[in-house]
Amino acid sequence: MGMKINMQRSNAPVFWLLFGAGGMLSALVGPMLVFITGIAVPLGLLLHTDTLSYQHVLVFAHSRLGAVFLFAVVTLFFWHAGHRILHSLHDLGMHTAITAKLFCYGVPLIATLATVYALLSIGYF
Amino acid sequence: MSGPISGRRPYMRPMQGWWRRNTFYLEYMIHEATAVFVAAYALVLLVGLVRLSQGQAAWDAWLQVLRSPVSIVFHVIILVAISYHTWTWFNIMPRTLPPILLKGKRLSAAAITRSGLAAAVIVSLILFGLVWDLWA
Repeated sequence: MGMKINMQRSNAPVFWLLFGAGGMLSALVGPMLVFITGIAVPLGLLLHTDTLSYQHVLVFAHSRLGAVFLFAVVTLFFWHAGHRILHSLHDLGMHTAITAKLFCYGVPLIATLATVYALLSIGYF
Repeated sequence: MSGPISGRRPYMRPMQGWWRRNTFYLEYMIHEATAVFVAAYALVLLVGLVRLSQGQAAWDAWLQVLRSPVSIVFHVIILVAISYHTWTWFNIMPRTLPPILLKGKRLSAAAITRSGLAAAVIVSLILFGLVWDLWA
């Protein structure tokens, strides 16, 4: 018989870290970012409507700082949300672990790949 | 212990509607639900990045969608939800951080929450200032 020793490392800390980083980043910059891109610029409220013009945003996405910022915001927001939603589904009594896990971590994974693809196409990385 | 006893299913406590039973649980589910709005906004930004990579016409079309009334209302709702996330994130933080010692004394929960909220305000003002300075 013998005791079966599980030597496999848990991947939980990685997801928890991504959840924490995304939660912190969205808490710090989320509200202002939503206000700028979704309300102020489209309405011309406090900021000019051409603030997010193609040229402006392209220059930003081409800069190292801009590309890192965009990558961090988009991917970490997804990982934060996925992890939190997965745990909420569990709290609501949905024990279909594998389906929920595939969805809640699969979407952020696909989103991360799409972000890398888009930033590569724009010409950074 | 080796494997389940055949033919038996473990008892599972019914979990229907537990979170509606008191305001503490209700608040918990509401702040957890902010994640849906964080994901929605991340998706908006991701679509924007993809449209940016497709050229000016695609980008301008995305901007046009952002100007629609539906989009504005949608973003106001997202703004409220993510602001609530900010508020709860820093209110929960004292319970998620290991004890922080400052000159031999433990930093109080209120001090941690206040610092976090202050940091969010400062970062938001800097972000707005940068956008204002660069392109306004």
